[in-house]
Amino acid sequence: MSSEVVIRPSIDEIKSLMRVERLPHIWCPSCGIGIVAKAYVEAVLRSGKPVDKHVLVSGIGCSSRMPGYIKLDGYHVIHGRAIPFAVGMKTVKPELEVTVFAGDGDLITIGGNHFIHAIRRNDDVNVIMINNYTYGMTGGQYGGTTPPGSRTLTSPYGHIEGSFNMPLFVASLGAPFVARWTALHYRQIVDTILEMFKVDGFAFLEVVTPCIIYTDMNRMDAVSFMKMFRDRVVIDHNADLRDVALSVDPDSKIVVGKFVSRESESFQTKYRRLMEKVMGDGSG
Amino acid sequence: MKNGSRLLKPGSYFMRGNNACVEGALIAGCRFFGGYPITPSNEISAMMARRLPQVGGYFIQFEDEIASIVSIIGAANAGVKSMTATSGPGFSLMQEAIGLAFMIETPIVIVNVQRGGPSTGLPTQVGQGDFMQTHFGSHGDYETVVYLPNSPQEMFDMTIKAFNTAWRYRVPVVVLSDQMVGHMIEKVIVPEYDEIEIVDRIKPEVPPEKYLPFDSNYLVPPMAVAGEGYRVHLTGLAHDERGYPTTDHGNMMKLLNRLLGKIRKNERKIAEWEEYMTDDADLVVVAFGITSRSALKAVKDARDQGYKVGLYRLKTAWPFPYWRIRELADEGKEFLVVEINMGQAVRVVREYVPFERVHHLPWAPGKCPPPEVILDKIKEVLGR
Ligand SMILES: Cc1ncc(C[n+]2csc(CCOP(=O)(O)OP(=O)(O)O)c2C)c(N)n1
Repeated sequence: MSSEVVIRPSIDEIKSLMRVERLPHIWCPSCGIGIVAKAYVEAVLRSGKPVDKHVLVSGIGCSSRMPGYIKLDGYHVIHGRAIPFAVGMKTVKPELEVTVFAGDGDLITIGGNHFIHAIRRNDDVNVIMINNYTYGMTGGQYGGTTPPGSRTLTSPYGHIEGSFNMPLFVASLGAPFVARWTALHYRQIVDTILEMFKVDGFAFLEVVTPCIIYTDMNRMDAVSFMKMFRDRVVIDHNADLRDVALSVDPDSKIVVGKFVSRESESFQTKYRRLMEKVMGDGSG
Repeated sequence: MKNGSRLLKPGSYFMRGNNACVEGALIAGCRFFGGYPITPSNEISAMMARRLPQVGGYFIQFEDEIASIVSIIGAANAGVKSMTATSGPGFSLMQEAIGLAFMIETPIVIVNVQRGGPSTGLPTQVGQGDFMQTHFGSHGDYETVVYLPNSPQEMFDMTIKAFNTAWRYRVPVVVLSDQMVGHMIEKVIVPEYDEIEIVDRIKPEVPPEKYLPFDSNYLVPPMAVAGEGYRVHLTGLAHDERGYPTTDHGNMMKLLNRLLGKIRKNERKIAEWEEYMTDDADLVVVAFGITSRSALKAVKDARDQGYKVGLYRLKTAWPFPYWRIRELADEGKEFLVVEINMGQAVRVVREYVPFERVHHLPWAPGKCPPPEVILDKIKEVLGR
């Protein structure tokens, strides 16, 4: 991280980008989603890009309600389809900085096909995934990131399916930027989102923040929740991603860090070059 | 070369229906296409892939039809005229997103080149079985406008009209074609550009602090798009005039009435049909798309043989031009509905004509009923 002095936005500046008239929000006390919302707003204010060029897109779920509280162009679309909406928008209007904010179920369970193909195309979108281990909005069913062994509404005898190890999955698909933090890591999340804004391609951040209502974090208060992260987190930017799967074991480690960051050229950049060539030389 | 200078020049061409649709779309201002391959619509995506970069537009072949339609809703919300094309199975996958476009008032154009259904059905052969789905395929109450071309010329004209209607009313619009019209090669006339009506986005005139994205003082509120500083919040949830979610019952009724009213209050302006010799007819044949061409021949042959028969060709499925059907029904006429399905438009005609006076030719083998088959049915109905 850089050593220059960082001037953080004041609370009033943060509020200026919040739809305060919509409060109270729908998130439960102690839920980690709000922390990420604030971190995103701080990153927008510090991005150096005009605030009005930032756009938020989300699907359906607790996490997907985020655009509703932030005073930017925000699009709350249908379950699992935030990525194609964002891709359409970004493709035709390159000056937009488009960020997708999604729950794990929305993004990689119902929306999994769009997710993998956006990485393959290397679409120029930022994707922030709240991993709360479950479908929060519908009452705690299991999803693609639910750790094996979890008891959920729809796996009452214990979850016997596997789950995605997201950093490994996303890196293996070739995404140019992959990071993971927890709700404890406010500053790191801000810094990471600022880096994601600069990536010309698919930038992915997983924020681990288990649902405090529907997982075994059952009704944990905010302080104990943060202490739990502090006890379990290991920061390792060079971790072997095969070893970073999340576990239901309360003593297991949560490995976080900036795992992948490499040069990239997005589909959108390549397309515009192709278009200029076709328009210029009359080929085709 | 300048943007737009490679649009198809005014003149007379010999052209495939699907290609005419592409050229019409580009002239209408379409600059984004998201699609997924499916017969018999493939010529549209192939042509779009070639033509869009030539005119400064964007093409993406997506991973499925859900992504395709959602991507065009995204692009339209960035202010760019956008379109997708598909056939039955893909149209089924698009249904949820059609409801979204209706709810967040996003203008998009969907071309459905129908094939035989249900399911995978008859991929290469003609069908007209998506007539009802274009209005009732998505959940909840919604309205779309659906054009029914019956020639390559109309694939051109009606695609332009579809864009105009979509952007005028901020609604999803469907061009419901079929395999035969899509693949047919015929003369297409491209008029002088200044003779072609083009409707663009109604932009907000007020500054952001005064702007309400779903202002109920308008039937069709002006549309702000991403990046203009209006900072809109759009959601498929029931929402108030600010776009904020609410479960207030009064608000929901107001919203629904306005959303549906955009089309219902303008149905007589939007709906289109064509009549041939209906005035003195004892029997009116109702048909659309490719079937209307066969029906016209059958009606002419019947006239030659002394039968008083006319043709009522639907040019829009929805809004359904029922008022004229009622007038004809009031004159005591019989009706025969001919369509390539086992009974869809006939149900709508029965809403406006006494049951026993509505006849039907159930026919969905994967080809258009030939004029002789329709003529036999006409004779059977008239009992002579
Ligand atoms: C097509 C469709 N299927 C199901 C639902 C119901 N639904 C709403 S939210 C949700 C799951 C949300 O889980 P996730 O994306 O993990 O977000 P979270 O609520 O946990 O933040 C589901 C299944 C829906 N809205 N649309």
